[in-house]
Amino acid sequence: MLSFVVKRVLSAVPVLFMVAVIVFMVLRLSPGDPAVMIAGPNATSEQLADLRESMGLNRPLLEQLLIWLGDIGRGDFGTSLVSGKPVTELVMDRLWPTLALSTSTIILAVAVALPLGVIAAWQQGKWLDRLVMAGSVVGFSVPVFIIGYVMILIFARKLGWFPVQGYKPLSAGFGEFASRLVLPSIALSFPYIALIARIVRTNVIEVMGEDYIRTARAKGQTERGVMTEHALRNAAVPIVTIIGVSIAMLISGVVVTESVFNIPGLGRLVLEAVLARDYTVIQAVILLFSTIYVFINLSVDLLYGLFDPRIRY
Amino acid sequence: MLTKSFCSNLLKPTMLALALGTVSGAAVQAQTITAVMHAPLRAVDPVISTAYILRNFGYMIYDTPLALDSAGTPQPQMASWEVSEDGKTYTFTLRDGLTFHDGAPVTAADVVASVTRWSKVDKTGQVMASLMTEMVAVDDKTWTMTFGEPTGIALIALSKPSGLAPFIMPASVAATPVSEPITSTIGSGPFKFVEADYRPGVSATFAKFEEYVPREEPSDGMAGGKVVKVDEVVWTTMPDPMTSLNALMSGEIDFLEQTPHDLLPVIEGNPDISTRQVKKQGSQNLVRMNHTLPPFDNPKYREAVLLALGQQPMLDAQVGAGSEYSQACAAVFGCGSIYNYDYRADDIMYAHPDKAKAILDEVGYDGTPILLMHATDLATLNPQGPVIAAQLRDAGFTVDMVSMDWASVVARRASKATLADGGWNMFSTTNVLPDVANPIGFIGVAAGGDSAWFGWPNVPEIEELRMAVAQTADVDQQIEYAKKIDELVIDNGVMVPMGELFNVNAYSSKLTGLVEAEAPVFWNVEKAE
Repeated sequence: MLSFVVKRVLSAVPVLFMVAVIVFMVLRLSPGDPAVMIAGPNATSEQLADLRESMGLNRPLLEQLLIWLGDIGRGDFGTSLVSGKPVTELVMDRLWPTLALSTSTIILAVAVALPLGVIAAWQQGKWLDRLVMAGSVVGFSVPVFIIGYVMILIFARKLGWFPVQGYKPLSAGFGEFASRLVLPSIALSFPYIALIARIVRTNVIEVMGEDYIRTARAKGQTERGVMTEHALRNAAVPIVTIIGVSIAMLISGVVVTESVFNIPGLGRLVLEAVLARDYTVIQAVILLFSTIYVFINLSVDLLYGLFDPRIRY
Repeated sequence: MLTKSFCSNLLKPTMLALALGTVSGAAVQAQTITAVMHAPLRAVDPVISTAYILRNFGYMIYDTPLALDSAGTPQPQMASWEVSEDGKTYTFTLRDGLTFHDGAPVTAADVVASVTRWSKVDKTGQVMASLMTEMVAVDDKTWTMTFGEPTGIALIALSKPSGLAPFIMPASVAATPVSEPITSTIGSGPFKFVEADYRPGVSATFAKFEEYVPREEPSDGMAGGKVVKVDEVVWTTMPDPMTSLNALMSGEIDFLEQTPHDLLPVIEGNPDISTRQVKKQGSQNLVRMNHTLPPFDNPKYREAVLLALGQQPMLDAQVGAGSEYSQACAAVFGCGSIYNYDYRADDIMYAHPDKAKAILDEVGYDGTPILLMHATDLATLNPQGPVIAAQLRDAGFTVDMVSMDWASVVARRASKATLADGGWNMFSTTNVLPDVANPIGFIGVAAGGDSAWFGWPNVPEIEELRMAVAQTADVDQQIEYAKKIDELVIDNGVMVPMGELFNVNAYSSKLTGLVEAEAPVFWNVEKAE
């Protein structure tokens, strides 16, 4: 197991290296110039040249790339070209809201989707199954920002139960923290509930047709026992996979929800950085997203062994 | 049972905490104004960048030597002045009680250093510097500016309200080269920047500067006493306009700097929300052509564009048909300025596709596409491209509208290359009216060829007239020069004015005393309990 983890971590290094090089080159070769964005339309060409020089943008691309790779090798992600603040500080500031939103959303999604999927599988072909599947189509189809607006209108504006927008850290008190996550988490969870519930249903139905399920029933196992001890456990591998993928998608794809509910997370940070051509910030966030993907995949692989004893590394 | 248990164990404490949070929040926010600004604050050097959020930031923490009153007349702010009999030497004297946020007194040396740095970047400042023979600090309170000829440029420049304003910072900070953004936030303005609460792109907090000594005169435009009546102002950013409006209606914020015009009906009639149209914070649409590339190196084609375009369709697309928040305006320097002029108003304000077609026929236009850059990510600019393209096509032009984000427009418009190598023919944008109403500093009329704004028009008569405006202190004479510039700008297709949009502030009815000025400022504003 340990050697597997070490191998996987080591194999992530070339992946991250390739990501770093590709992101760096794509940014430098795409239109836009942070110096022009910062200096504004009045800047003379001499002032722009001076600014580019001070930002290190006048150096050859390869030299810039090597300097950046050397810096990140030492854990230094540089400073934002726009704000002059350390990139690590900016990213860490935005990481927690995104993690809080993603975590609450995935917990909610799994908590709702698992039983819904199991019920749908158990009641396959009946009205309850059709209802769950129809609901999942709605969950997939309605854009998150529409759900967000409707929830704000009902629960924040009409009923006044929750704030319209914003994020408060846990240090501001649990009430302040939690109250601002309820609406965005629910809004964001809809497509993930739909996705996970469908996967659970499909896999449970498949497993329920297996010989060992019939054997369990023949041995007198109750339907509940069959479902929890045999069906769900054997259907777990693809379900864990989709939950892992969902977490990765959530962390890197919450920008719309962050915008609608004004949560200052990583999605907004990277969007703002792209619009301002803040290269150092974009590079750091994309690298962070890639790292998260790699480690979520690793975690999912390790979890397989937990649910299926036949899988050993 | 499960539901009841869940409710009693989790929801009740949560709701209690929510209630406590609300109560404590209300107590804390009694003297706090939470304002959603038009853009996030991500940098702190108000001299190096023309981003308007940095200008607004500058007015929070810095002071200016002079300031414009509501009538647009320069008034003393940090300093008063005397002019020598020959009109060549201005002597400025700092008023008593001016201190920086770190406790150091503001001296004339700080002013000289700050104005020197600013005048390297700002167009008006550059003109002033070119006319000035000497600027020296005579003593701690006094500095002089000496010019080769009698001029009014010193007062115009030192009271410049927008674009890059001449904010005064400590001399040690102002010594920073303009190629290097400053990181200091030590000013002498009515608010102090709270560094610890600054989150770039998210929020910025400004606390009342208790030692600030306001002028005794009442607040009037940017001039007069800057009396701070709240403990702090928090700027926050909300990327979604609907969310910011909901937050305003639910009392989570107090002030919304730019209210999307299409959302105004949502708050109309709401007794808790007030709105005000701020014409001084309005913008002028303009179209710019590249004079260095065919076909717009030929003045006939520029004339055809001028005739092909009309203002109302663009304004309708931006703020809605029949809106009171826009107006067609032919004046190059804006209809609200002292330089208002209706030269060729019919040609500018209304589309004349037949006249444009006649010119294209005359010059034998072969249908070569015009490359129009269209910025899609800014709400005000997004409608411009399609309207311009449609009007040009109506007149017989072939248009290749290339859509991109604003950052790409900004990068590409700096290119003087051919179209095949990444050049361009035309783009559109907006400039705020205080910047437009300035014949010396308005980048849209500069016509010095390579040194001009993107498009690089070369009309030496315009440059001579701009310098002439700077060299006279006679306002009537300045207006006459400005009218001649207006005519030359239109006849040479330096830019095409495309109408004016007005900004609407929406704010809690608890706020009173908002100042009508060229930038949103928070002195003089009171918040009821």
